[in-house]
Amino acid sequence: MPDLAIQTSGLVKVFGDTRAVDGLDLAVPAGAVYGVLGPNGAGKTTAVRMLATLLRPDGGEATVFGHDVVREADAVRSRVSLTGQYASVDEEMTGAENLILLGRLLGHRRPAAKERAAQLLEAFGLTEAAGRQVKTYSGGMRRRIDIAASILNTPELLFLDEPTTGLDPRSRNQVWDIVRIVVAHGTTVLLTTQYLEEADRLANRIAVIDQGKLIAEGTPGELKSSVGAGAVHVRLRDPATRPDAERVLAEALDATVYLDADPVALTARITGNGREAAAAEQASRALARLAETGIVVDDFSLGQPSLDEVFLALTDHPATEEAA
Amino acid sequence: MSTATETTTTYAPAAEILGTVLAPGAKPPRPSAWSASMTFGWRAMLKIKHVPEQLFDVTAFPLMMTLMFTYLFGGALAGSPTEYLQYLLPGIMVTSVVMITMYTGVEVNKDIEKGVFDRFRTLPIWRPSTMIGYLLGDILRYTMASTVILLVGLVLGFRPQGGLAGAVGGILLLLGFSFAFSWIWTMFGLMLRSEKSVMGISMLVLMPLTFLSNVYVQPATMPGWLQVFVNANPITHLVASVRSLMAGTPDLGELTWVLVASVLLIAVFGTLTMRLYNRK
Ligand SMILES: Nc1ncnc2c1ncn2[C@@H]1O[C@H](COP(=O)(O)OP(=O)(O)OP(=O)(O)O)[C@@H](O)[C@H]1O
Ligand SMILES: [Mg+2]
Repeated sequence: MPDLAIQTSGLVKVFGDTRAVDGLDLAVPAGAVYGVLGPNGAGKTTAVRMLATLLRPDGGEATVFGHDVVREADAVRSRVSLTGQYASVDEEMTGAENLILLGRLLGHRRPAAKERAAQLLEAFGLTEAAGRQVKTYSGGMRRRIDIAASILNTPELLFLDEPTTGLDPRSRNQVWDIVRIVVAHGTTVLLTTQYLEEADRLANRIAVIDQGKLIAEGTPGELKSSVGAGAVHVRLRDPATRPDAERVLAEALDATVYLDADPVALTARITGNGREAAAAEQASRALARLAETGIVVDDFSLGQPSLDEVFLALTDHPATEEAA
Repeated sequence: MSTATETTTTYAPAAEILGTVLAPGAKPPRPSAWSASMTFGWRAMLKIKHVPEQLFDVTAFPLMMTLMFTYLFGGALAGSPTEYLQYLLPGIMVTSVVMITMYTGVEVNKDIEKGVFDRFRTLPIWRPSTMIGYLLGDILRYTMASTVILLVGLVLGFRPQGGLAGAVGGILLLLGFSFAFSWIWTMFGLMLRSEKSVMGISMLVLMPLTFLSNVYVQPATMPGWLQVFVNANPITHLVASVRSLMAGTPDLGELTWVLVASVLLIAVFGTLTMRLYNRK
């Protein structure tokens, strides 16, 4: 029990006709990163808002470190902090003012709040921007001030709702690094995302949700092996060699090979037994076999399974945005 | 903008530096209700500092109201603008300040759409302090508006018999009532979907309340059925109280009426506001 940061059973939230969260059972271990993966409208934000005491569940139960999110809301609030999907600092105020405000609200006296704000701005590379209104910040800087505000009091559990959506690759990597450091210091992180790659890189366990329901749960490895490790895309020099290439790949990978619309291109799913290394190994063996057979390959790539493929594999429908 | 990109590109999260800010120090005790409310009041001041244009509403509007009504009605209703001003000024001050209270609802409504509201709601603090913070900022605006009107009045020839003490007493009563009255707007700010609808409802409530009162003319000159409304109107009682204070002849009956009404407004609309705030 005490090693669970979050436990929910049959959690439900209904908005009109939409069952945004529909009987969700989660068990999130403490001290690690837990990824909640789902497409637009899956119910990620709704679930996080219930766990962060912002929304009252319509059914089921949820506890955070053993405290009920409804009956013991204050106990939960003193242990968690939330970085919402959209900016959760005041855009009209400066970065420093935002952090001092929160420091004061968390009980620090004025000098301590100022000092803490200065330390955080330094640690997040925002010292130069400290005196500027947050609305002048770039997307990456906003995310950083958001996260800085969320760890002001070193919470035991940090919710990050789609922390990298809309960020460029560099800013996304910065956020990932920050998350890793935060977790290494003992804070549990629950992160929602639409990207399998992100969940894969950061999370120790992943829950896949769709239309408010849990459709899969496990380590990234377990999850990937259930959908295959990815796809090999091959472009041939000569379209005439495609039938041979198809046969060779099917044998080497023991998988179905799809013929693309482009007459020189083929795609094959590979299983890889859930390990990226294994997938790469299989793919390179297949490539070697093509070369042995005398088929010239112009281009070759190994893709991770996309969220779409995960969804296709786990449900019977592609991950489309739910029409409200 | 160029600095923005520069900072982004050069920043690399360093484990040691982040580690020092993450090291769990002793957590301070949660702030008292007073301290949390004052901190939110400070936020309201900062917002005024960053967007000072908003003070235009609380200075220019009252100035215009005072000048307009003094010279529009003064000659017809009291023989001369200066004479009318002795009657009108407390009322026009009440009208202007009570009109300004609606911005509270607009501010609250603008904020709830933003993520920062969610952050406040996940803090372990005394819940009403967020709302009280808005009202503390508003009291500053009300004070400014009242001061502007009093000064303009003095220039135009307003001479309160109650002297400085009477004038200040009248303003303090007005501030107290406006604080209580503003809870209606925090409630609507949380309840309604858009800023526009908050404005709409506010005007719908405020127009009859301020015009169908004793601000401009003596209720005795009105038809009987209208007098019933006017005499039940809280603004009438507030204006009568403020007038009596400024005239140096405090009317205890009216003062009690206003104080009781203020307590009731806070009890009813404060409770409804907090219920909506917790449910949101
Ligand atoms: N306040 C609300 N009122 C009505 N419907 C809502 C409300 N909030 C969410 N919904 C609906 O509930 C469903 C789940 O929404 P939610 O925001 O939790 O999804 P999400 O997984 O966070 O999506 P995204 O990736 O787009 O952020 C959607 O169909 C959404 O339209
Ligand atoms: Mg969301």
